[in-house]
Amino acid sequence: MTARGITKRIGSIKFSCVSPDEIRRMSATKIITADTYDDEGYPIEMGLMDPHMGVIEPGLRCKTCGCKVDECPGHFGHIDLAMPVIHVGFIKDIKMLLESTCCKCGRLMLSEDQVKARRESMERMEELGGGTIDVKNFSKETAKDASGKGVCPYCGAEQIRIKLDKPTTFREVEDNHKLTAKEVRERLERIPDEDLVTLGIDPSTCRPEWMVLTALAVPPVTVRPSITLDSGDRSEDDLTHKLVDVLRINQRLRENRDAGAPQLIVEDLWELLQYHVTTYFDNQTSGIPPARHRSGRPLKTLAQRLKGKEGRFRSNLSGKRVNFSARTVISPDPLLSINEVGVPVFAARELTVPVHVNEHNIAQIREMVARGPQPVPEKPYVPGVNYVIRSDGRKIRVTDRNAADVAEGLDIDYTVERQLIDGDVVLFNRQPSLHRMSMMAHRVRIMEGKTFRFNLCVCPPYNADFDGDEMNLHVLQSDEARAEARILMQVQENILSPRYGGPIIGAIHDHITGAYFLTHNNPRFDRFEAMNILFKLDDIKVPEPLIDEKGEPYWTGKQLFSVVLPEDFRTTFKANICQSCKPCQKENCPYDAYVKIRDGQLLCGTIDVKGIGNSKGKILDRIARDYGSDRAAKFINQVTRLALGALMNHGFSTGIGDEDIPEEAALQISNNTQDCIDKVTDLVASYQDGTLEQMPGRSLRETLEVSVMGVLANARDEAGKIAGKHLGMNNPAVIMAKAGARGSMLNLSQMAGCVGQQAVRGERLSRGYWDRTLPHFEKGDLGAYARGFCSNSYKSGLSPTEFFFHAMGGREGLVDTAVRTSRSGYMQRRLVSALEDLKLTSDGTVRNTVGTVVQFRYGEDGVDPARTVRGKAIDLDDLFAEVLGDQADELLHVETSDIGGDYGTLEKDEMEYTEDEESEEFDDLDMDYESGGE
Amino acid sequence: MAAENISFNVLRHDLVPEHHLLTEEEAEAVLSRKGMTRDQLPKIRKSDPGIKVLESIHGPIDEGRVVKIVRKSETAQEFVAYRLVTRG
Repeated sequence: MTARGITKRIGSIKFSCVSPDEIRRMSATKIITADTYDDEGYPIEMGLMDPHMGVIEPGLRCKTCGCKVDECPGHFGHIDLAMPVIHVGFIKDIKMLLESTCCKCGRLMLSEDQVKARRESMERMEELGGGTIDVKNFSKETAKDASGKGVCPYCGAEQIRIKLDKPTTFREVEDNHKLTAKEVRERLERIPDEDLVTLGIDPSTCRPEWMVLTALAVPPVTVRPSITLDSGDRSEDDLTHKLVDVLRINQRLRENRDAGAPQLIVEDLWELLQYHVTTYFDNQTSGIPPARHRSGRPLKTLAQRLKGKEGRFRSNLSGKRVNFSARTVISPDPLLSINEVGVPVFAARELTVPVHVNEHNIAQIREMVARGPQPVPEKPYVPGVNYVIRSDGRKIRVTDRNAADVAEGLDIDYTVERQLIDGDVVLFNRQPSLHRMSMMAHRVRIMEGKTFRFNLCVCPPYNADFDGDEMNLHVLQSDEARAEARILMQVQENILSPRYGGPIIGAIHDHITGAYFLTHNNPRFDRFEAMNILFKLDDIKVPEPLIDEKGEPYWTGKQLFSVVLPEDFRTTFKANICQSCKPCQKENCPYDAYVKIRDGQLLCGTIDVKGIGNSKGKILDRIARDYGSDRAAKFINQVTRLALGALMNHGFSTGIGDEDIPEEAALQISNNTQDCIDKVTDLVASYQDGTLEQMPGRSLRETLEVSVMGVLANARDEAGKIAGKHLGMNNPAVIMAKAGARGSMLNLSQMAGCVGQQAVRGERLSRGYWDRTLPHFEKGDLGAYARGFCSNSYKSGLSPTEFFFHAMGGREGLVDTAVRTSRSGYMQRRLVSALEDLKLTSDGTVRNTVGTVVQFRYGEDGVDPARTVRGKAIDLDDLFAEVLGDQADELLHVETSDIGGDYGTLEKDEMEYTEDEESEEFDDLDMDYESGGE
Repeated sequence: MAAENISFNVLRHDLVPEHHLLTEEEAEAVLSRKGMTRDQLPKIRKSDPGIKVLESIHGPIDEGRVVKIVRKSETAQEFVAYRLVTRG
């Protein structure tokens, strides 16, 4: 550790008040004059810019430590205040102390027994691990108990109630006498040390009278540097301005007091000094006007420097900007591995990795340095060097001109900042970083172009799309960091999500359609086609072809798919296209939906989302769990290429024509819809003449609404069913929906059949005008059309009223998303700040930073959710299948389809559900508001 | 449970886990088994309704006593936690 230059370690930090004595002792100089510079422009001794307090101009030396600009840390000065003033930051504590102690003898107004009990409780609390907050609350209680007494139990003096006139004046209630800061200080001085301990104050580090200032610490000039404008004028920092004010009034107050001026004048000046000191600490103190700059802008004083979003903490400490990072637009590249990221040459030349020079690599590095920062020729990419750091710590910028010389002077123990090369480990991140998969480690691939590129399978963890999203990249600088990133953060280590114990990285969209075409009903591929698909994969064994009737060799789709499976892989499940017919015909499934894999051979079934999709893919899940993350990464890489190959071989496109339905189907739908609307009319009529039968627990009106909603929902479903029947499994849109690639049958039925009832807050539309939604209808019309039913399809086009109703429903969706994101973001922030410093210790307990136990066993069962099978620690059915083989299915009557069930349904599917809902009603606006949010 | 002087025995409620007061020996045994010190235990206030019920059975409970809480767990069927009685 000392090798890294760490010579001292911070054991503990204590924050406390500083005594006037200490202020004077640590002061490098006393400040007495309000002037800063003399006529020649040199700082005045004992002025606010006194060179004893540090240097800000290069070339000058500090008069206290003798160091130059960046070496001198700055030194405090001090102002001796003519009269004491109260420190605003401690006003509450001062009030508490004044109220709980006697105004004459200064004792805490509790009986000795009470004090003893309090002290014991406090000690006990500390012993049992009470935190500082507990102690603080307890002290507050003590003070509250002691205050409000009429008579002091010790000296018997009558107490006068004190009121605080915000922000800094104390007043005795009875006779309206104002307590001066001096009186306050005297009273605080009288409080004995023992009583302070009872009040939770450590008198050895903080006496309460120090809260009333007699000396003011003046921060070093380095804290409040003056800026020289282009015109040559000096512009001082706000703090300096404020200190000048303090000094001026302090001076006048002293002169007046010493000259024996009338009490009234002295008091006015004293109050003015109090104002200046108060605003020096916090210029937003309520109750007093903020001090302003000449231009009218409020001054930024001490509290303003620290507070709020733009303050030191949130802006400069939590929100530090970093070097070795890059940000640009992202775009897809299906040919990259999932753990790669394409980095543009332009960025790679700026981003560097430090390399230590040793006897083994010196020759190689010398060559690299000699190339300079812009090696010629530009192509192919070779790394250059931007900086060379000598063993004495000097940093030399390598330029084209000095490259040769620097290379010559290169020696062992130098460090060289080398440009990125393929294979470097970098962190890749997209905001908002909501979970740990938002920041993963990738391997660099230097590429042409100006965007970051990555494999499409990695979109879901980052929640990225390519409509203009930008992402950040950070280059790791130390071996420790690289090792950690490689073991914990690489993409393949995050395939299984800790959210639901299933894969979050997997095939999406076209990959799934492709896998469907490759395997559904086992198509044949001749030599040309098969090779065209397979040549994209490396590290594979081409299976033996079959021979067809004409003696030509061919491969089946299932054979080709099996190429990428591990050799001993076995699993059984039902694909997404499963119609869940009873009884299940298993291997003889008419839809080819029963997936059975034995010894790494796909025997039957279609591969779709349930097989390889993200969050649902069972094959993926099994491989990641049983064969390790590297094998899973390889599988994803290969299976996606295979699927895309198959898709390209087949050809695939979809368009509005896919929702064409034959005339008779359209007629059937409109007849059916009309029937339903008539039914609604009948219901409304029966409601109006009172013949509608009331449902239990519902009013008559509610009964009507429920039955109408039921009838109309049925109308849409029926329309969807009829449309679905005519679209058939050869329709690309249907294939995508059924295989789970994109879209749903609901989307399709709304496009081809009927959009259906629009709703706000789950009810039929009812707002707008008196007793009607739009002036196009009669007052009190409760029929289907008047209350937001859209009988047209998206394709046939909505009528004007339908369009308006659709927009009403859509608006609700938009408002919901806006509200939901802001609210859940806030909730997440609160959760994170409550949980951020908890950690899992080696004994299985979850503890906070103090070591207090929060949970005796992580998650009560000590199981990492990322390694569970959909939340369960072990999958018994799976174990049986492994031990008993195919027998297990029969012996246990295990419905194999349910193994690995619908994990991810809990959250992810809920999200998908709302997503669907939105897109179902607002498909066309989808793009607009998504990009609007960026 | 003999808890007559308590108006409502919260421990009988379905959603309230079992609370057991440990003797000093038991508490020491638990602490040494877990390798923890008293101040590292989670806390429970003396004014907690659960402690009030225990007090009606065992008599006054001092600060620093340890309470064993057995609750139903979604992940581990039954889960045992310990809490330190503190002021309040």
